[in-house]
Amino acid sequence: MALTTIDIPKRKREIIENAVIRFCGDSGDGMQITGSQFTNTVALYGNDLATFPDFPAEIRAPAGTLPGVSGFQVHFSSSDVYTPGDSVDVLIAMNPAALKMNLADLKTNGILIVNLDDFQPNDLRKAQIVTNPLEDHSLDGYRVFAVELTKLTRAALKDLGLDAKSMDRCKNFFALGMCYWLYNRSMEPTHGWLEEKFKSKQQLVQANKLAMKAGYSYCEATEAFQISYEIPPAKLAPGVYRNISGNAALALGFVAASQKAGIPLFLGSYPITPASDILHELSMYKDFGVITFQAEDEIAAITSAIGAAYAGALGITSTSGPGMALKTEALGLAVAVELPLVICDIQRGGPSTGLPTKTEQADLLQALFGRNSEAPIPVVAPSSPGDCFWIALEASRIAIKHMVPVIILSDGYLANGAEPWKVPTIDELPEIPVHFETNPEGFLPYRRDPITLSRPWAVPGTPGLEHRIGGIEKQDVTGNIDYEPLNHEHMVRLRAAKVESVANDIPPVVPEGDQSGDLLIIAWGSTHGPITAALNAQREKGRSIGHVHLRHLNPLPRNLGEVIKRYKKVLVPEMNMGQLLMILRAKYLVDAQGYNKIQGKPFKTSEIENKIEQMLGFAPLTSPEDDFDEQAGE
Amino acid sequence: MTTATLPVYTKKDFQTDQEIRWCPGCGDYAILSAVQMVFADLGIPREKFVIISGIGCSSRFPYYMNTFGFHTIHGRAPAVATGLKIVRPDLEVWVATGDGDSLSIGGNHTIHMLRRNVGLKVLLFNNKIYGLTKGQYSPTSEVGKKTKSTPFGTTDRPFNPISLAIGSEATFVARSVDVFQAHLKDTLKKAAAHKGSAYVEILQNCNIFNDGAWETVTEKEARSENIVMLEHGKPLIFGKNRDKGIRLNGLDLEIVQLGNGITEKDLLVHDEKHPRAAYAFLLAHMEHRPGFPTPIGVFRSWSDVPRYEDLINDQIREVQAKRGKGDLAKLLRSGDTWELKT
Repeated sequence: MALTTIDIPKRKREIIENAVIRFCGDSGDGMQITGSQFTNTVALYGNDLATFPDFPAEIRAPAGTLPGVSGFQVHFSSSDVYTPGDSVDVLIAMNPAALKMNLADLKTNGILIVNLDDFQPNDLRKAQIVTNPLEDHSLDGYRVFAVELTKLTRAALKDLGLDAKSMDRCKNFFALGMCYWLYNRSMEPTHGWLEEKFKSKQQLVQANKLAMKAGYSYCEATEAFQISYEIPPAKLAPGVYRNISGNAALALGFVAASQKAGIPLFLGSYPITPASDILHELSMYKDFGVITFQAEDEIAAITSAIGAAYAGALGITSTSGPGMALKTEALGLAVAVELPLVICDIQRGGPSTGLPTKTEQADLLQALFGRNSEAPIPVVAPSSPGDCFWIALEASRIAIKHMVPVIILSDGYLANGAEPWKVPTIDELPEIPVHFETNPEGFLPYRRDPITLSRPWAVPGTPGLEHRIGGIEKQDVTGNIDYEPLNHEHMVRLRAAKVESVANDIPPVVPEGDQSGDLLIIAWGSTHGPITAALNAQREKGRSIGHVHLRHLNPLPRNLGEVIKRYKKVLVPEMNMGQLLMILRAKYLVDAQGYNKIQGKPFKTSEIENKIEQMLGFAPLTSPEDDFDEQAGE
Repeated sequence: MTTATLPVYTKKDFQTDQEIRWCPGCGDYAILSAVQMVFADLGIPREKFVIISGIGCSSRFPYYMNTFGFHTIHGRAPAVATGLKIVRPDLEVWVATGDGDSLSIGGNHTIHMLRRNVGLKVLLFNNKIYGLTKGQYSPTSEVGKKTKSTPFGTTDRPFNPISLAIGSEATFVARSVDVFQAHLKDTLKKAAAHKGSAYVEILQNCNIFNDGAWETVTEKEARSENIVMLEHGKPLIFGKNRDKGIRLNGLDLEIVQLGNGITEKDLLVHDEKHPRAAYAFLLAHMEHRPGFPTPIGVFRSWSDVPRYEDLINDQIREVQAKRGKGDLAKLLRSGDTWELKT
C-alpha cells in the first residue's frame, strides 16, 4: 500500500499530452457532478476533451451494490481528442463495487484512488467480493492510494455543524480536490459553480469548498503523490468555446433554426431516456417563444407537433427507440400530408425496453423503413456532441424546404457525452427561408415546386386558402380524395422523388485520409471518434485508408458509389448487427464487411485498429466474439 | 378606429364540391347540415375555422366543410388539434370524432384534452357501432349486443361518454340528437360560445349497422316519456303529459309523479353551473336506471377555468416580459465559455 510515503526532496511535475480519468462510485455518490466539474475545469483551461458518462437505469439501486455503480470518464489533452479513451490513467473508485466494475479498464501502473473507509467486510459483501483487494495483492500492478475519504472529509467539515450524512455527501469533492492537485488545476471554476448552484444554501457552498480544499491539501501535505501532471492547452481553432453535450446542442440548434426561420418552435415530447434532456433544455427557452408540450404519450407528442407544423410552427418531437415505435403511424401521416417535422430518435439498446441508459445504433432500419407502405423519410445523423447543433439546423432546413418529416438519429453516447464546442456567430448559421402561401389565386394544396417537389405551406387562418388535407390517398395538385390505381402509383413515386431531391443539396462526400487505396471505412453517427483516432494511428503506420462518415443516411450523397469504387475493401463498423452494411451492399452491390459491437458501449480505438489490421492482412482474423477486449465487471 | 364588418355567410358558404360518401339516410347528414348553418351564423371569418378529425365515418366530416380541414389518424384528432390550438389560439378548432375514435383508440387523448381544457369543440358522433369497419361493437354498445365481432353478444360494459367527460373535469358537456335539428344547432352555438373544451355527444343513427340505435329517444311517440330536457334554471320535468319530475333525495335522484301535493317547486332545478361535478355525474347516470329518462341538453358549463393555450402563451409572455426577448448570439455563448486567440 502506498499510504506510507518516502521523503523525496522535490516533487516532480511532468508535462504530458493527455490523460483519462474515471470517477466511479455509488449512484448516490455524486459521480456525474464530480466528473462534470472536472470536465468544466479542464475545458475552461483550454484542453480538448471528450466525456463518457455511464450510469445505471435504476434511479438508486441499493447502496454499495454492483447495479448501483455510476461512472464518468473524461479524456483531456493538449492535442485533438476523438474519444473518451479506451482505458484510464486514473481511476477513482468510491467503493468496492465501483472498483470491481471498473478495474479492468485501468491501465497497468495506472493510479487508483479508493475510499479506504468503504472497504469494510460488509461493503465487500455487498459488492460480492470475497477477499479484500486492498490486501490480497490483486492490485499490485497499479499505483494504489487508499485514502480515508470519509474520515478526512468529516474532519475537514467538523466545525460547520453539519450532520454526518451531509458531511459524507461532500466526500466526492474531497476526491475532486485530489484530482485538481494531481493535474495542477485551479479550483476556481468549481467554486463559481458551487456559489451559483447553492446560492441560498451557503453552508453547502462552504462544506463542498472545504472538502475540495482538504483533498487538494491532502495531496500536498502527505506527499502521497510523488508526481503531478501538467497537460497544456490544446491548439484548437481560435474562437469562443463552451463545453456541450449532444442533447443540449440539439436543443440549441432547434432554437437557432426557429430564429433563422422566423417561426415559433413547438416541441411535443414524452419523457424517455436518453432523450428527456432535450425537453428539459427547450423548456427553459421561453424567452425565445419556445413552446414545449409534455404530451400524454408518445403518439400525442408527435401528433401535437404535426398540428403545430400545420399551424406554421417548426414542429419537433424527441424520443428514443420504444417511442419511435409508437410514433410510426403518425410519421406516415406526416409523409402523406407533407408537413415539415423533425423527429429526434436518441437511440439506446433494445429490443423493447432494452438498455435504457446505454448506447446503440440499431434504429437505422426503423428510421428508414419502419412505417406501413412506401413512406420515405430523410434521415440524418450527427457525428459528435457538438455536431448535434448543426444537425438540428440541417434537419430543420430539409423539413421546411421539402415539406417533409426528417428523422435525426442521435444516440445515448452523443446525448450525454460532451466536448468543447466552438460557438458559431449568427452569420455562420445557414439561412432557413420560409414561405407561407397567402395568394388564393389558383391555390391548390398539392401544387408542387418543380425543383423541391414540395407543396405550399398554407396555414389555417389564411383567407381564401380553405382546403382539406389528410392521410387518405389524394389526387396530386388538388389534394382531393382519390383511389385511382394510377394516381396512387404516381403519388408513391412523387413522394419518393421528393425525398430523393434532398440529395441536390447534399455536398459530395470527401473521405478523410486517403482518397483512394486499400480500405474505405464507411460509418455514421457516434462512431466518428474512435474511427478517426484509429484512422490517424493506422495511417501513421503507412497504411492506405479512407473514411467516409455519413451525415445523410437518406438520401445518400450522390457520389458515394463512385467513392466506394476507389478502394479495394470496404469496412462498415456499427453498433448494431450491420444495418448500414445491408443498405450499402444492396444499393452499391459492394462486398463490404461489417464490424459490429452490440454491448451498449462505444467502440474502442484499439478495436477499430485491430479490425483494420485484420482487413489489411496485418493481424490474424478472429471470430466476431473475440473481436472485443474483455469487458469490466459482470 | 375602424369598425370591423362581420362577414355574412349562408350555409352554402360552408359546403364543398366533394361528393359526400356517407350512406343515404345516415345521421351524419343532419349533423353536417346543422354545423354548416351554425358556422354561417357565428359571424366568424371562414378562414378561422379548422376541423380536425380522426378515422371513421364521422371523421370524413372535414372534406364536406368549406373550412380548413385535417383528416388525421385513428383517435389522434384531439392531440393534433391541441398542437394547432397552442400555436394559434385565435382559430376556431372543432374536432369531429366518433364513439370508437374518441372513446376507444383515442380515449387517452380525449381525457387529457378535457382535463387540460384546451379550447376545442368536440362533436362526438355516437352511433354505438363501428360503421366504417362494417359492424363491430363499439365502446358505447350496450351489453349483450350481437354484432359481427360478437355473434353471441358483447360482454363489455359500455362507456357513458358524458360520465367520462365529467370525470375528466370537462368544463362544457352536452348531449343532443341528430334529428333534433333546432336543439342541435342551439347546443352547438352554446359550445361555440364556450371558451374551453366543449364536449358535445350527438346521438346519431347508423341506418346500416345499427338502425334504431337511439329509437327510444327519437321515436315520436315514446320520446317524451324517455327523455328529459336539461334547461338551465328550469325544473326537470318529463312525460307525455309533463307530469313526472326528478327530485333530489339525499345524494340520489328519484322520479316523482306531479300532483298529490308534489309540485314543480319540489323538483330539481337544473343548474349547469353547479359547483360540484358530482351533480352533472348524477344526471349522466339516470339513463342507466330503469324508468329514468335520458337527459338531453347541457350537463355542465363552467366558464371560469382558463384555457390551456392561454396559460401556455401567457407564461411565454411573462418570461419574455421579465427576461426580454431571447437573443440568440447571447444564448449560444451562455454558460462557461473560454476564448482561444490565434
